[in-house]
Amino acid sequence: MATASVATSGVNVSAVSEQYNYDVIRKFTIMTLVWGAIGMFVGVYIASELAYPFLNFDIPYITFGRLRPVHTGAVIFGFGGSALFATSYYVVQRTCQARLFSDGMASFTFWGWQAIIVCAALGNVLGYSQGREYAEMEWPIDLMIEVVWVTYLIIFVGTLMKRKQPHIYVANWFYLAFILATALLHTFNNLAVPISLFSMKSYSLFSGAQDAMTQWWYGHNAVGFFLTAAFLGMMYYFVPKQAGRPVYSYRLSVLHFWAIIFLYMWAGAHHLHWTAIPDWTSTLAATFSIMLLLPSWGGMINGILTLSGAWDKLRTDPVMRFLIVALSFYGMSTFEGPMMSLKDVNALSHYTDWTIGHVHSGALGWVAMISFGSLYHLAPRLWNTPMYSQKLINVHFWLATIGILLYIVAMWISGIMQGLMWRAFDDFGNLQYSFVESVAAAHPFYVMRALGGAFFLSGMLLMCYNMYKTIRKGSTEQQVEISPVAA
Amino acid sequence: MEWLMWFTKFENTKPVSLVIFFVLFCGVMIYLYGSRSRGEKLENFKNIPLQDD
Repeated sequence: MATASVATSGVNVSAVSEQYNYDVIRKFTIMTLVWGAIGMFVGVYIASELAYPFLNFDIPYITFGRLRPVHTGAVIFGFGGSALFATSYYVVQRTCQARLFSDGMASFTFWGWQAIIVCAALGNVLGYSQGREYAEMEWPIDLMIEVVWVTYLIIFVGTLMKRKQPHIYVANWFYLAFILATALLHTFNNLAVPISLFSMKSYSLFSGAQDAMTQWWYGHNAVGFFLTAAFLGMMYYFVPKQAGRPVYSYRLSVLHFWAIIFLYMWAGAHHLHWTAIPDWTSTLAATFSIMLLLPSWGGMINGILTLSGAWDKLRTDPVMRFLIVALSFYGMSTFEGPMMSLKDVNALSHYTDWTIGHVHSGALGWVAMISFGSLYHLAPRLWNTPMYSQKLINVHFWLATIGILLYIVAMWISGIMQGLMWRAFDDFGNLQYSFVESVAAAHPFYVMRALGGAFFLSGMLLMCYNMYKTIRKGSTEQQVEISPVAA
Repeated sequence: MEWLMWFTKFENTKPVSLVIFFVLFCGVMIYLYGSRSRGEKLENFKNIPLQDD
């Protein structure tokens, strides 16, 4: 392959493949699609189980309790994680004009990460869970994650150190913050003592309120660094590239970076309002959550204004539409989050479906949409061919958008209704509704949520098809070009 | 080592951390927006992604 010389869009492919390691990026890109389809399918299935419980079929392996972490693991770490590996390896190489620090180590991160997702999913289905949200994996898998993640850090920092470009572009700052913070979060959240060398079970080092605080310090910062900072790195590279113009303000991006990484770390305790934690930690977390609105919206505005003067691209370019709508959802969910962190709002919203709606407006609207846009930008460059169908990208966009709207509207209605029903009293001071009445009232919205998820999943499957055809086309064209040279 | 006990009291550490973080924030703002020439230099970096082809 290195001997082939194919001129595509003025770029010498052989030179590029020698200069950069695209092989590992291609692998991660494909697995992003695979995990996206699997994770979202499981999500739709468990949403349907909540609406129609007979779908449990009395089979323990597919009950909601076991499949839920399979869904979150597959979409966050499988889909999101693979997308981040792919794009961070791409961005760091392109903006540093340097090949990855080590091809072997990069390949190790690919196989290691995929093995982790598979082991975690199988473990969950078989009933192994340490009961920590978004960190259900038992201690042997936690150790595997530690090894792969440190390798990832070495590759990323090593590549930065051998860069030819003197300045480190801001997208890499976000990626590096995500890698460092995730290492820290994962390590401390999973500090535990195994009950024996050959048992999957372990005891956490923390207990009681400290345990809850540690879990939500991890949980919230997993959102803050894994699902926000890292995808902001993606945004700061792919939005300008797709728009063909630089980011609106570089200085704002620097301010955005420092403000967001400082503020996020303090906000986790807002998940524990009105519980046994000290009240001041709750107030501190709510205060920092409100302050987070400023850098979040600063970043959103910076991304959206990148399109300033080229708004017509939104009409003509479906990839740009993915990226800009992702930023809009980012703005919306980073407004909703601080609002929900207020103690009085949280008294209504906590333990209800409103929280699930909020998470998915961020996860589907921001994380998935920015990933879709970035991968549609990336694939033609990785496989040296235009996307198979622009029309299918457009259809995907609308399926995804309609799906998200159905999902979050259903959860808003259901969540606020639950919150109001649980706190309603009759004239005698008794609870007006039993819990089961609130479950029955939520049923139509559970159906609506499953339908929204089905829309989103169909878009994901269309993307897989479009990518499959693109990759097939790309490989074939390259072989045609290569064969005369090889002959 | 008695002086270390001073840091264990929230009424001491809260204002100290407020001062430290506020000064840091002001420092970042001054660095970013305090000099026209540095501002122009920083803004030039935004072209890096567009130069990588």
